[in-house]
Amino acid sequence: MKKIILLFSVFALFSFTISKDEGGKLPHVLLKKLDGTKTNSSTFNNDGKPIIISFWATWCKPCKKELDAIAEEYEEWQKETGVKLIAISIDDSRSSGKVVTDVKAKGWKYEVYIDENQEFKIAMNVNNVPHTFLIDGKGNIVWSHNSYSEGDEDRLYENVKKVIAGQKISH
Amino acid sequence: MIKFKLKSSPKATFLLAIILKAFSVNAQSIGSDLGSLHGNYELDAQYYRPDSLIGAPKVPEKVLSNAFCNLIYQKGKLSAGMRYEAYNNVMQGFDPRYKGQGIVNRYVRYQDKLLDVTVGNIYEQFGSGLLFRTYYQPGLLYDNSLDGFRVISSPYKGLTFKGLIGRQRSFFSLGPGIVRAFDGEANLNDLLDSLINPIKTKIVVGGSFVSKYQSNLDPTVLKPLNVGAYGGRVNITHEGFNFYGEYGYKENDPGADNFATANGKNYYSYKPGEAIFLSSSYAVNGFAVLLQAKRIDNFAFRSDRDATLQNLLINYLPVTTKQHTYLMPAYTPYATQPRGEVGGMVEFQYKIKKGSALGGKYGTNITVNLSMVNGLNKIGVNDSTTTSYLYTAPYNQIGTPYYHDFFIEIEKKFNKKWKGTFMYANQFYNKNIIQFGTPNAGFRNMTSNIGVVDITYKYKSNSAVRFEVQAALKDNTDTLNLGSWTTAMVEWTPNTHWFVALLDQYNYGNPLNKLDLVKVNNNIGLSNVFGESLYHYFLLSVGYTTGPHRISISYGKQRAGIFCVGGVCRNVPASNGLSISITSTF
Repeated sequence: MKKIILLFSVFALFSFTISKDEGGKLPHVLLKKLDGTKTNSSTFNNDGKPIIISFWATWCKPCKKELDAIAEEYEEWQKETGVKLIAISIDDSRSSGKVVTDVKAKGWKYEVYIDENQEFKIAMNVNNVPHTFLIDGKGNIVWSHNSYSEGDEDRLYENVKKVIAGQKISH
Repeated sequence: MIKFKLKSSPKATFLLAIILKAFSVNAQSIGSDLGSLHGNYELDAQYYRPDSLIGAPKVPEKVLSNAFCNLIYQKGKLSAGMRYEAYNNVMQGFDPRYKGQGIVNRYVRYQDKLLDVTVGNIYEQFGSGLLFRTYYQPGLLYDNSLDGFRVISSPYKGLTFKGLIGRQRSFFSLGPGIVRAFDGEANLNDLLDSLINPIKTKIVVGGSFVSKYQSNLDPTVLKPLNVGAYGGRVNITHEGFNFYGEYGYKENDPGADNFATANGKNYYSYKPGEAIFLSSSYAVNGFAVLLQAKRIDNFAFRSDRDATLQNLLINYLPVTTKQHTYLMPAYTPYATQPRGEVGGMVEFQYKIKKGSALGGKYGTNITVNLSMVNGLNKIGVNDSTTTSYLYTAPYNQIGTPYYHDFFIEIEKKFNKKWKGTFMYANQFYNKNIIQFGTPNAGFRNMTSNIGVVDITYKYKSNSAVRFEVQAALKDNTDTLNLGSWTTAMVEWTPNTHWFVALLDQYNYGNPLNKLDLVKVNNNIGLSNVFGESLYHYFLLSVGYTTGPHRISISYGKQRAGIFCVGGVCRNVPASNGLSISITSTF
């Protein structure tokens, strides 16, 4: 174990040069689909177009506000850019049964998975929900944002368009 | 082969790190070949000022802080991670056994098509967690990771097996018991491809066996050294219909969780434990109904029979009541009673269509939820000649009410600028049971009527003001169920980076004068006082967010309460002072 610690201390010295913003890939984690079967996050795919990954929970008001706001424009976003939103619920077994009812009642057209024991949340280093990641067409994580305030969805979409145009994104 | 990989991989990556160091100038362009390092951290600190009026204690250190940092290295099939935690000293409201600092979590994992092997600290869940769940929730300092070995294998399409062995984290050391856990799951649609797939039904079945070993140093009481628990589960979905059911059985397991005293003698229950959890839903676009039921009997499962609170739990018993987001209804949350309970919940959600008279331009969402929990009707037989007590708990009978919650919420967007949420809840709260685990703690039951109005005004595309008014009217004013509350909040987000919020919580209808409250605080001890007072609790918060980095500062008084996230709860005493929180993902 000492080796691992040493390994990390060495890595920490230049962590910024190889941090996620420079093109980290998605970790491989098993997630639950709404039909109870499992899928691996490594299978996330949008035919070379960008993917938005949004961490949320049924008890998280700002998360649902964000997903509601995007839902109003999602059809247009998809038509214009082909972007796909994958919503990852971090609800544990207390409320994971409510994910499917929330999604259907809200009429969201997203791809939804349940991260019941928060393994994906931990692997993606998410502190709190909502946390949104933007993945480019090659599967690199190019941007992320914590929390939601009104109008953030417009900035997110600006960034989606920048990714498609191959431009650099700033926070 | 796998073993070789495991042993050699950390060394190999270490070498890789040295090489990378030499090429660090070019690291950006070759970063993806060398794997990636990423992480997150959080720092919370508070400066405490004593305030006898609200029961905020004097903190000798004046400043307390909790901090952690996770690092994960990932390269292809290999990943490794670690977490450092520091408590100088741990903040109010958390277990003081979190003391000092150190690396409390480290692991190496190798994932292949056939085998997925992890050594180190492991988080895993079988089914809904009734039999096994190791889980990490930093906000509550909940971490019962299994430090040991895990193998996951999918030898055949549709089949997954998991095996784990190890000991659980307990603060900065490990618990005394050894946990062995095995789980098998079959996706029948994948397994019986051609037979099942013409029908649209999806079926997943699973079964688990979990056992713990702990030596017994107490020669006067007979306690089994090995305790086994097993169970099965099924998940069936058919178009909009979804059913999940799980059953668990546990062998007799006398310990702190089923300990009782009567006539000056100590008793333990040797009754086997049982747990049932059912969740069923039907959902189509714009309409959904959810139905849940649960029955628990003597089902706390820990790797140390003497552990209490949230320490060394092997399993998780999900709560089947509404999980609230607003402050007032969330102040008296329900917590599963592992000694015994029976309960259920039903929830309807309906979206009134866009363009209709009631739906307006954007549609209207309505949620109605009713949840109830009662105790079991335990018919006890105390044997005065032994230290065991036995009871029966008939399935067709229920005991005293523990909790109920009727909830209705309407969400409405009026136009591009205005939207609102309107909520009403009626809650019944058996304080003796929920907070003290015994019917004889000396408090009366409490009923609350709670209303919330939450209005957002978006005055520019990226700027908004949010107003929140909440009221909780309580039916009795027992010494510690102090009166009613009103809360008002204004939150201003001028742009995506900044927020400023002012919160005032006002306590009224309270029969106590200041001196009485101080007396109550001194007599009962802080852990039992929930900080209600006669006064205003003002709290000002300012926050700044940029990308995945966030910093917030609050100043003022915070009401004590029970805070629950992810199904576990902690008591937080009242506080007065300045607090800072920094979170970041990198």
